[in-house]
Amino acid sequence: MNTTDKNTLKLLPTGPVPSNRRARNIWSSRVRRNEALDGYIFILPWLLGLLIFVLGPFVAGLYYSFTEYDGLTPPQWVGLQNYQRVLFDDPQFWLAVYNTVWYVGASVLPGVVFGLLLALLLNQKVRGITIFRTLFYMPSIVPAVASVALFIYILHDRFGLLNETLFQVFKVIGPNWLTSPNWSKPALVLWSLWGIGSGMIIYLAGLQGVPEVLYEAAALDGAGSLRRFWSITLPMISPTIFFVLILGIIGSFQIFTPVFLLGGSNYGQAAAGPMDSLLFWVVYIYNQGFFYFRMGYASALSWLLFVILMLLTLIQFRLARRWVYYEDDVTR
Amino acid sequence: MSSTVNAENLVRKIIWQVAIYSLLVIMALVFATPLIWLISTSLKDDSQMAVWPPVWIPVPLRWDNFWTAWTAGDFGLYFLNTSIITILATIGQLLTASMAAFGFARLRFPGREFFFGILLATLMLPSVVTLIPTFVLFKNLGWLDTFKPLIIPAYFGGGAFFIFLLRQFFRTLPPEIFEQATIDGASNYRIYLQILLPLAKPALSTVAIFGFMQHWNDFLEPLIYINSPEKFTLTLGLRRFMTLTDVRFQEMMAMALLMTLPVILVFFFFQQYFIQGVVMSGLKG
Repeated sequence: MNTTDKNTLKLLPTGPVPSNRRARNIWSSRVRRNEALDGYIFILPWLLGLLIFVLGPFVAGLYYSFTEYDGLTPPQWVGLQNYQRVLFDDPQFWLAVYNTVWYVGASVLPGVVFGLLLALLLNQKVRGITIFRTLFYMPSIVPAVASVALFIYILHDRFGLLNETLFQVFKVIGPNWLTSPNWSKPALVLWSLWGIGSGMIIYLAGLQGVPEVLYEAAALDGAGSLRRFWSITLPMISPTIFFVLILGIIGSFQIFTPVFLLGGSNYGQAAAGPMDSLLFWVVYIYNQGFFYFRMGYASALSWLLFVILMLLTLIQFRLARRWVYYEDDVTR
Repeated sequence: MSSTVNAENLVRKIIWQVAIYSLLVIMALVFATPLIWLISTSLKDDSQMAVWPPVWIPVPLRWDNFWTAWTAGDFGLYFLNTSIITILATIGQLLTASMAAFGFARLRFPGREFFFGILLATLMLPSVVTLIPTFVLFKNLGWLDTFKPLIIPAYFGGGAFFIFLLRQFFRTLPPEIFEQATIDGASNYRIYLQILLPLAKPALSTVAIFGFMQHWNDFLEPLIYINSPEKFTLTLGLRRFMTLTDVRFQEMMAMALLMTLPVILVFFFFQQYFIQGVVMSGLKG
């Protein structure tokens, strides 16, 4: 018992230079000790899960990334070889980076802007607005596999509703969305925009959290609606915009499911869209790891993605200081 | 004078309302069209496909599509498999996530802030980093091609996000309730079971709904861990169905609709918890 007490003392966030006796007193009472024990028991499943399913694999992945490993024979240490090959000797990887960045850029920014515009529209106090909220939100809960199947049909070169409408109404021959390397990524962007409802709902919550008094005061001062938007709404919900932006970037960097469905139905195993135009980072990881069984190489690819995502998030937090307004700043 | 101002205001208000409604309706059409197309296609005859103008309400409704696809694609089996996985995994998440959240929200123990900090850090961890090593782990455990990799991890904390969400909710409950129970001699286990869980129904419902969606819609994990067609989930089943050569679009749409239906039903019945959950996830970020 004594030794555990000593260990736990180190972790205890106490005041400036705690006297040993005082800190001991807190946890030496039987009641507090039992409470602490219960605390550990309650978080135990999570703690075990953290070690077995998160931290363990996290570290193991780093180790695998320095090895050659086919998943059957024991991993062979190869040092930095995987990373060297990824960065300097693998045009496929750079194609995957290009495709991923293309997709992230083309889907996240419109998603953030349209999502906000829709939320503004849904924040109007008119009758029947809840029906519209439900309608706009619903596509984002459709399972990705189902919505991809739907879009494969809607964007079909010949029988698709979109191209048929373009042809019959506008006399324009629509592009080969799913079979042309130039149009496969825009097709995916269309698909992703259909599901911007989840971001929109988060915005809506942010908008409804803006205190009404601010608008009233501004109106009394004679500020027009555009001015009120720029000077009140935008700063007040900037933390929400930031949050949606980060979520969007992290999420779309890991796009996988639609590519695999398209690939599976049209282009055969391990292919990634027409002429690899949908070879995204995670798709490449999957192909290397589970199709060619290069687990070491795939781990290196995963760790690179992890580092890039962390860097991106860090940079965004830095940049956020310039444009995100937190209410606490005023009181600080 | 004032009456003309009022009239002007009224006209302005009406124009504003008309503008708002037109925009709302246009956007509603954009968002609803694919869904309506999904439903209408799933009920079409061959002769109603690929015609102009498009058929929105097929006459007669061809319910056969559902039956043909259901039997040809083995969807009964996939429904069962997916239901088993979803229910068992969601129960695990509810149980262990609420336990951990109770520990973090109500019990004092050395290192609590430290562990909670780690929990928050894992929220940011992209799941793809652990994809390959986790696969290797399950392979070594002999769990490949079983439901275990899809269910058992849910019994170990159930996901950092859900713990975070529940903890935030538990902290809003008045502490007096718990203090009184402690004075009355209730153990923390009784407090958790008999006081906390009943009080936390709204938050638990949110977690249940999100857990349900997460497992029901999951594609990547079943894809990696399941090989035998008789163990496929709905998502894998739909993919397999799409690769069959003689599948018609109507049948594909029918099955896509069928796997969406439970999600939409849950959404309508628990809408308030649903929105609440999305909002909670957003606001505290």
